[in-house]
Amino acid sequence: MLDNAWVIPTLTFVSFWLILFFGKRLPGHGAEIGIGALGLAFVLSCVAVVQWVDRPATEVVPHGTTEEVHGEEDEEHGAAGGQQGQDRQVVATAVETGEHAEETPIRSAVERNVTWFTIGDVEVTAGTAVDGLTVVMLFTVTLISLLVHVFSTNYMHGDVRFTYFFAALSLFTTGMLLLVVSSSTLQALFGWELMGLCSFMLIGHWWEKAENSNAAMKAFLTTRTGDVGLLVGIVTLFFAAGQTFDIALINERALTGAIGHTALVVGAVGLFIGVIGKSAQFPLHTWLPDAMAGPTPVSALIHAATMVVAGVYLVARLYGVFWEAFDIGAGGVNPIAVVGGITVLIAAALAFVQDDIKKVLAYSTVSQLGYMVMALGVGAWTAGIFHLFTHAFFKGLLFLGAGSVSHAVHSFDMKADMGGLRKYMPTTFVTFLIGSVALAGLFPLAGFWSKDEILVGAAENGYPVFELVGIVGAFLTAAYMTRCVYLTFFGEYRGHAHPHESPRPITIPLIVLAVFSVGAGLLNAPGIEKFFEITENRVFLLAGVEHHSFEVFPAVVSTVVVLAAIAFAYLLFFERRLPRGLTRRNAVARSGYRLLINKYYLDHLYTGVIVGSVKGAIARAAYWFNQKVIDGVVNAVGIAARRSGDWTYRHIDQAVVDAAVNGAGFGAEGFGGILRTVQTGRVQQYAALLFGAATVLALGLIIFV
Amino acid sequence: MLVNQFLVLGAVLFSIGVYGVLARRNGVLVLMSIELILNAVNINLVALGALHDASGAVTGQVFALFVITIAAAEVGVGLAIVLLIYRNRASVDLDEVDLMKG
Amino acid sequence: MAAQNLAFAVLAVVAVLAALRVVTTRNVVHAALYLVAVLGSVGALYVLLAAEFLAAVQVLIYIGAIVVLFLFGIMLTRPTLGRDSGLDNDQRWLAGITGLFLFGVLSYVLVEAFGDERLPRLEGLDREALTAERGTGAVGDAIFSTYLVPFEVVSVLLLAALVGAIVLARRE
Repeated sequence: MLDNAWVIPTLTFVSFWLILFFGKRLPGHGAEIGIGALGLAFVLSCVAVVQWVDRPATEVVPHGTTEEVHGEEDEEHGAAGGQQGQDRQVVATAVETGEHAEETPIRSAVERNVTWFTIGDVEVTAGTAVDGLTVVMLFTVTLISLLVHVFSTNYMHGDVRFTYFFAALSLFTTGMLLLVVSSSTLQALFGWELMGLCSFMLIGHWWEKAENSNAAMKAFLTTRTGDVGLLVGIVTLFFAAGQTFDIALINERALTGAIGHTALVVGAVGLFIGVIGKSAQFPLHTWLPDAMAGPTPVSALIHAATMVVAGVYLVARLYGVFWEAFDIGAGGVNPIAVVGGITVLIAAALAFVQDDIKKVLAYSTVSQLGYMVMALGVGAWTAGIFHLFTHAFFKGLLFLGAGSVSHAVHSFDMKADMGGLRKYMPTTFVTFLIGSVALAGLFPLAGFWSKDEILVGAAENGYPVFELVGIVGAFLTAAYMTRCVYLTFFGEYRGHAHPHESPRPITIPLIVLAVFSVGAGLLNAPGIEKFFEITENRVFLLAGVEHHSFEVFPAVVSTVVVLAAIAFAYLLFFERRLPRGLTRRNAVARSGYRLLINKYYLDHLYTGVIVGSVKGAIARAAYWFNQKVIDGVVNAVGIAARRSGDWTYRHIDQAVVDAAVNGAGFGAEGFGGILRTVQTGRVQQYAALLFGAATVLALGLIIFV
Repeated sequence: MLVNQFLVLGAVLFSIGVYGVLARRNGVLVLMSIELILNAVNINLVALGALHDASGAVTGQVFALFVITIAAAEVGVGLAIVLLIYRNRASVDLDEVDLMKG
Repeated sequence: MAAQNLAFAVLAVVAVLAALRVVTTRNVVHAALYLVAVLGSVGALYVLLAAEFLAAVQVLIYIGAIVVLFLFGIMLTRPTLGRDSGLDNDQRWLAGITGLFLFGVLSYVLVEAFGDERLPRLEGLDREALTAERGTGAVGDAIFSTYLVPFEVVSVLLLAALVGAIVLARRE
């Protein structure tokens, strides 16, 4: 499977076409094709995982900073032009004493490339590069996608575009899988854009309502804005790294200093802008909450587990570039961490004031993405990826739980239509609760381990500020999730529907995800650290990224913080002990509340100021130009043509040509008039002429002949 | 006798006849002038015939005879036409017959 | 010889003068009478040229029939007999010039061609021989032998002219 990882995206791609062509005629309306394909893809992904885990660790990569490693490496990959899977062998060189003095060999990535096209003497390849990160992503994506498919069969039942929904789901999964297995930045871009398109289709699934299509448009355009940067980054790196799109090569050359620093920074910044757009970081995060207009399974798949983490994945993949460009190893501060940190805090604050359950989860996602990006920014690579892995499960669980709740009460508004639902929907309640605790990060659930690793990494790598940020974020996360749980499941039921537990296709995915939320964290628990072992890769080691495993003190601190947050929220909402009506009485609190409600006025900034100014002034200027200049030129040409035609008519046609023609006519007439006088009609005159002429002729004859 | 004297006489009569054809207004007078011309021709024929021997002379006379006959026929028809013209127009002035005027 | 020349001279003068009067007189009837004079002189000239039969025919047909026809025509085509004014048309002078010119050319040609040729047979031959040779008998023989076909054709022509004249001039 490792050699044939391309099969997995192909499966879902074929499923897309099959659903499109045959889905409507099938009894399950295409869902069975989707589930079948995803199931198969999941199985193959598991096979890939097993194969990877079983793979012997043979590659020895020297640790350390980049200065030590150059020259001795075998740069030839033979990937271009051939169809052979190759293992890259590296000769061990000098060892750098770092945190890990021993050289543990790692599994080497499996690359398989095919020539895509050739421009001049540049050969662009397409292919797969499978390593631990890829395998983990494959597993996660196919599992979540499969569960979403199962969930959707019930949730989207009777929907007017049921078949297209499943087709779009398949296509989306194809895009994500393509991104995950790709070996070149160009191919990754392909998957990236495909996901953008599918997210547009899926968010705007119920496009009959204008707000849904607006949300889809907003998502698409915001990520597109980021994609400009992405494109700049990819192209810059292409040229700077010696005209190659190959990811492994780019990483290699970045770390060995073969790429000029300025080009590297430009490329990294460009790529990161794309990440900001796709992974909803500040300031391009505004699309994600609005994207909740799409169906809940879509939110679960796209916005919890797969698409939004594409940005994080990209950073993790091209980590060599970022590491070198932003000098992550040095500590202190760098753009990635800053952006991630800000995102964590502002999104968590916003999650507090939402009434819509999906919006709470959306902001929570933004905040958690901020965690992942921050983790990558502080050099905690494994922590970031691990958090991505665990987050997929519990956020997916939470979204699907919200879907289950809305399926019962037909609404997403917590304050107005929910409350006390734990009595009516026990399974949903329990799973949702598990997901919330996992998100908050309590021992021993998944979130605890991953979040803790981030904090440790931040601390140990010299980013104390971001450790603090992470802790504050944890507080806020626990608090708003408690609020959310309370408003939804506790208290008295405030709605008007008849809530009941959801049917099996909905609850089974919830249970599965709950199990994973509990157990997934243990993969990287101290002593096991299997996750770390699996995902350890060449770049990681070459760059000298340090992995810090679990430490007790930060764990204790974070647990205390989380418990305090839960208690705080409990008191605030459950017991109503703490001051109520604060916003009514206090102007500062009120303005702060208003700021949060208006999402920091960012939307107003984007739509009103930036777009408005462009629309208004530039559009008007363009219109003026069009009317006065372009139209003016066209009209002038037309007028000139007409005038010249007129002049030609008058002076040449009438005066010269017509005069000539008429003159010929008059001349003929006049001459004829003259000749006419000979014809008198009188015979004697004719006779006279006859005789006269004959006589003259005779004379002539006599004289000359 | 010179043959020329007859021939020249014929030429004189011919010329006079031509003048008459061209200059006379009355249609009948034109016909008379045509008779003059025909007589001139006859003189020529006979004189030139007499220049030769017997058969030549006889030939000349015979042809002159034919000319006379034809002249008679022609006058008959010509006068009939003049009569018609007179009937249609109440005049035989040839200057008035200019229907073919361009 | 002298008698023939003298006779010729007289006849020629009479013919020419009479012809001139034909084309210049103002009186149509006078013109017809002058025409008679011309025709008569020409007949006499024929006698001079030893063509008696022709002379007889000339007088008989021309004067006896054609001129009578003319007189009938004159009678039928003008309201009054007598003097008319302006029988000549506008192109008198042109016609005169043409006539003169024509005469000049013709006479020049004739003189050039025939010069001093004489009529030998008519000089010094006795009457009987001439008559036998080119007299009426000989002419009659020639007509009904050599020129029989033209004779018949001319007869038919006369018939046609006759019929045509009647057709043309009859009153409907």
